[in-house]
Amino acid sequence: MNHDYQKDIAGCGLAGLINKKKNPLSGSHIAKSMALMNDRGNGLGAGYAAYGIYPEFAELYAFHLMYDDHTSRMEVENHLKNNYHIEKTEEIPTRPVEGLGISPLLLRYFVCPLEDKVVGDMTEKEFVVNTVMKINSEMEGAYVFSSGKNMGAFKGVGNPKEIADFFLLEEYEGYIWTGHTRFPTNTPGWWGGAHPFTLLDWSIVHNGEISSYGINKRYLEMFGYKLTLLTDTEVVAYTLDLMIRKHGLDIPLACSALAPPFWKDIDKMPDAEKEVYTALRLAYGSAMLNGPFSLLFGHSGGLVGINDRIKLRPLVAAEHGDVTYMASEESAIREICPKPDKVWAPRAGDPVIVELEV
Amino acid sequence: MFKSLALPEYLATIDKEKCIRCKRCIQNCGWSVYSWGGDRVQIDTQKCVKCLRCYHYCPEEAIDILNNETRYKDNANWGFSHIRNIKRQAETGGMPLTGMGSDLPYTILFDHLLLDACQVTNPSIDPLREPMELRTYLGKKPAKIAIERDKNEKPSLKTKLGPQIKLDVPFIFSPMSFGSISLNAQKVLAYAAKENGIVMNTGEGGLHEDLFPYTDNIIVQVASGRFGVNPQYLNAGVAVEIKIGQGAKPGIGGHLPGEKIPLQVAKTRMIPVGSDALSPAPQHDIYSIEDLRQLIYALKEATGYKPISVKIATVHNVAAIVSGIVRAGADIVYLDGFRGGTGAAPNVIRDHMGIPIEYAVAAVDDRLRQEGIRNEASIIAAGGIRSCADAAKAIALGADAVGLGTTALITMGCTTCGKCYTGNCSWGITSQRPELTARLDPEVFGERLSNLIKAWSHELQEILGALGVNSVESLRGSRERLRGIGLDEQTLDILGVKPVGR
Amino acid sequence: MFEIDAKGVYYRELNEDIRAAIEAGEKDIVLKNINGQYYIGTGITKKINITIEGVPGNDLAAFMDGPTINVMDNAQDNISNTMNSGKIIIHGHAGDVLGYGMRGGTMHILKGVGYRVGIHMKAHKKQIPTIISGGTAGNFFGEYMAGGTLILLGLDSKEGEELAGDYLGTGMHGGVIYIRGEVDKDKCGKEVGVMDTDEDDMKLIKEKLDDYCADFDLDCNEIMKRPFKKLIPVSARPYGNLYAY
Repeated sequence: MNHDYQKDIAGCGLAGLINKKKNPLSGSHIAKSMALMNDRGNGLGAGYAAYGIYPEFAELYAFHLMYDDHTSRMEVENHLKNNYHIEKTEEIPTRPVEGLGISPLLLRYFVCPLEDKVVGDMTEKEFVVNTVMKINSEMEGAYVFSSGKNMGAFKGVGNPKEIADFFLLEEYEGYIWTGHTRFPTNTPGWWGGAHPFTLLDWSIVHNGEISSYGINKRYLEMFGYKLTLLTDTEVVAYTLDLMIRKHGLDIPLACSALAPPFWKDIDKMPDAEKEVYTALRLAYGSAMLNGPFSLLFGHSGGLVGINDRIKLRPLVAAEHGDVTYMASEESAIREICPKPDKVWAPRAGDPVIVELEV
Repeated sequence: MFKSLALPEYLATIDKEKCIRCKRCIQNCGWSVYSWGGDRVQIDTQKCVKCLRCYHYCPEEAIDILNNETRYKDNANWGFSHIRNIKRQAETGGMPLTGMGSDLPYTILFDHLLLDACQVTNPSIDPLREPMELRTYLGKKPAKIAIERDKNEKPSLKTKLGPQIKLDVPFIFSPMSFGSISLNAQKVLAYAAKENGIVMNTGEGGLHEDLFPYTDNIIVQVASGRFGVNPQYLNAGVAVEIKIGQGAKPGIGGHLPGEKIPLQVAKTRMIPVGSDALSPAPQHDIYSIEDLRQLIYALKEATGYKPISVKIATVHNVAAIVSGIVRAGADIVYLDGFRGGTGAAPNVIRDHMGIPIEYAVAAVDDRLRQEGIRNEASIIAAGGIRSCADAAKAIALGADAVGLGTTALITMGCTTCGKCYTGNCSWGITSQRPELTARLDPEVFGERLSNLIKAWSHELQEILGALGVNSVESLRGSRERLRGIGLDEQTLDILGVKPVGR
Repeated sequence: MFEIDAKGVYYRELNEDIRAAIEAGEKDIVLKNINGQYYIGTGITKKINITIEGVPGNDLAAFMDGPTINVMDNAQDNISNTMNSGKIIIHGHAGDVLGYGMRGGTMHILKGVGYRVGIHMKAHKKQIPTIISGGTAGNFFGEYMAGGTLILLGLDSKEGEELAGDYLGTGMHGGVIYIRGEVDKDKCGKEVGVMDTDEDDMKLIKEKLDDYCADFDLDCNEIMKRPFKKLIPVSARPYGNLYAY
């Protein structure tokens, strides 16, 4: 276990929106919302995750990859060829944006694992996770932006507007969008280090510095996760993957494990509930995210927003028709939804869970 | 009479002008340093252990206990205690005996570790105004849990949780038997344990009936001597601990001489009055790890599956040993470090065997994580926890809770004089002489020990707050919040911490 | 009246424009199409009126000393941070950490407020700050409160409903909180005493609510019909036994 690492520290702003009925929304909305919160970042990282953007390849894993050079591209592509059926390979469309630094090579692949490679007890998802882990930790110069189905992450070193423009975000249509702007304090700009952080169809954007990072990391390592990015966001993604995909907790319970009720409140619960939450804290105490955070996590079935258990980071939610919005600031929502039906601030540790209805 | 050539360590002195001949020093000294010479107090300074009882109880402040300025010639190689011990051994043919933990100047890693604090990028949390949780559960934790929801979405737990000991704060009292310490000292521990929602441990001397009201806060111990062990005893407390070894004397047993076995001790240990109480070096039903498993499960069967703790001294291969203990079914592993205390141990063992607790906790926590079984047992770190800072550092290295032995005794008057094995403790702590033990009022000193636990709890909350976390499980094993100062690379690597500045 | 259209204007330009208008002697400034601009009214020391149409950004009226600000919509976090004097009227809800270290002036909020409202609010000589919210409050209402008056009305609540969250008045060592509804002692900080109001309290509440109701065109007598609970610190030094000397 390597302890000699330098953790990534950053402040941030975030926003997300979901159309429950899966009516497509252009990427220009989230970009506009994020641009308003420009001052929450420092221009050294911004990114977006979008769901429903690849309906023609909906059954395939969409790998968004960045490469520092052609050697790393060849290494990854060889690995993919040996293990996956590759339906399509293409460069991710971009446009030049003034002021933006030199971008890495950006490609996307629509793939599915070769049947004979997924052996024994291994599930297809686990196989994909292993591929992501392998590329990120073993293949120098290559990094997986995203790996889920019918979704993708678009991110880089720049401010929210620059990154949205660069990736032609307005040309995509999706039913869930999240966005993030960063204020890193100790990392040089690296395109892979921007958020969202994703794994399979999970995508996380996150605001705040998690003070329990040290034990969260060691806890995940016990379950075989390799933490290469050294960010809180990576911790959140793997923790959710562990709790929901591997351990089968439902989303509200996973949220309660991340930001558990206080013992004094558990003590007052009826017996059955007390037992549940006590067990949750005993089993997942080391996974608890302690310190200030608000985060949004998108997945193929919906969007969830949650903040820490004493509300040290802001989160505002709003509804308008079939669309639910969440953001660090109300104005970021009002920028794209001037007259919401309802605006509210979720209570500490109390998740806003929106599920797709179709 | 033969006069020892071993120099006295201390010079007890009385200011003759100030002395009012009240004889309180004579009454108070358990070691008979003072006697009445007809018109003045006589002093036999060779007997003085500097426990300072006389100093505190002299109404005229007439007493001073000085270090003996007369020393052997300065010699960086032949230290005072080397020469003195050789002389004592030559005169007696015996092994020099000692009490307390080792006092030799080995590196204390706690003093080379610094904790983090929050500034700007994450906020500190105010522990006085905002919630700050110290509650800790000892026992096997599930790696994952299954929860079902009924048709009203109400969740219910499907995983069966192993038995847990609930501690309000992550401190427990280390095992100290009735015999090694007085019944009143045990009552102090029991009182404070109950008061603070934590536990004390009987040690291997059985459970005196006076402690029955405190059994919700007691762990009972089974050691190689099996004193006082019967089914009722095993079921009396919240858990049972198998004692394999003790940090101050790893690999060796114990011997409470017959003269220290008065009626109450004899009754509690279930042995005849005045007979020697021998604790064999090994548990003679454990010659290998599978035997430990057999005993663990025998105790689980006998107690309806209460948590079973296994206490070991931290020795070189502690990580592998603990891995075996956890796989053998222990719910709690109590690690007693090299500097851990004792009522009596040969100097040669105490000062030269085992490894300090800091290394042991780090190595054990790492190993259990590598093997994916850290959740299978709780880890207690003990043996040299002197302050809440030590406790916090031990927890950050990976301990679930810390054990306090000497610290608890110090609240009762102990000055770490190290002469516990004599049975003459003037403070009534490690003595069975009724005139001495009567000095230790369980409630008065129970209150003091309770104060200490409250004070350390406040301190731990302040530390957590400065670290920006509001629950102790976010400190546990979070070595990212520690930095080593003045430590070499290999030590840092073993501890799994970065050096300061990185 | 001086109008500024703030649509898409960055906060720095906006606040420069506001300051220039004040320099030029404008007393009534209307900001149109505000959305999210930070620091409006921050550090301003003239007794002027600012009307904000839209949702102003964080740190509204920080260190402010004098102006009256009317927000015609909702507002965000950190309003009236260390404010010295003046008045903020918010015709909607407001966010977290309102009135942090506020030493004087008034904040009237029509609807609910977030976490840590009135945190470390203090009084100094004749300066006694007041915050009144017409809705409910999140946890840590009146945390470390050292002076001033906090009033929580719960206008849309049912009788007997709890209006404030957990850790109510935790660390409170000065000032007074009035709550128009029930208070659960278990949710109060250990430093707080909960009691019924007396005649003097009701006089003070009436005085404050007359002003509040005038701002929002509400019926004060109707509001006063429901009883209030009063929270005050039980000790000015709650941590006397915490340290060993």
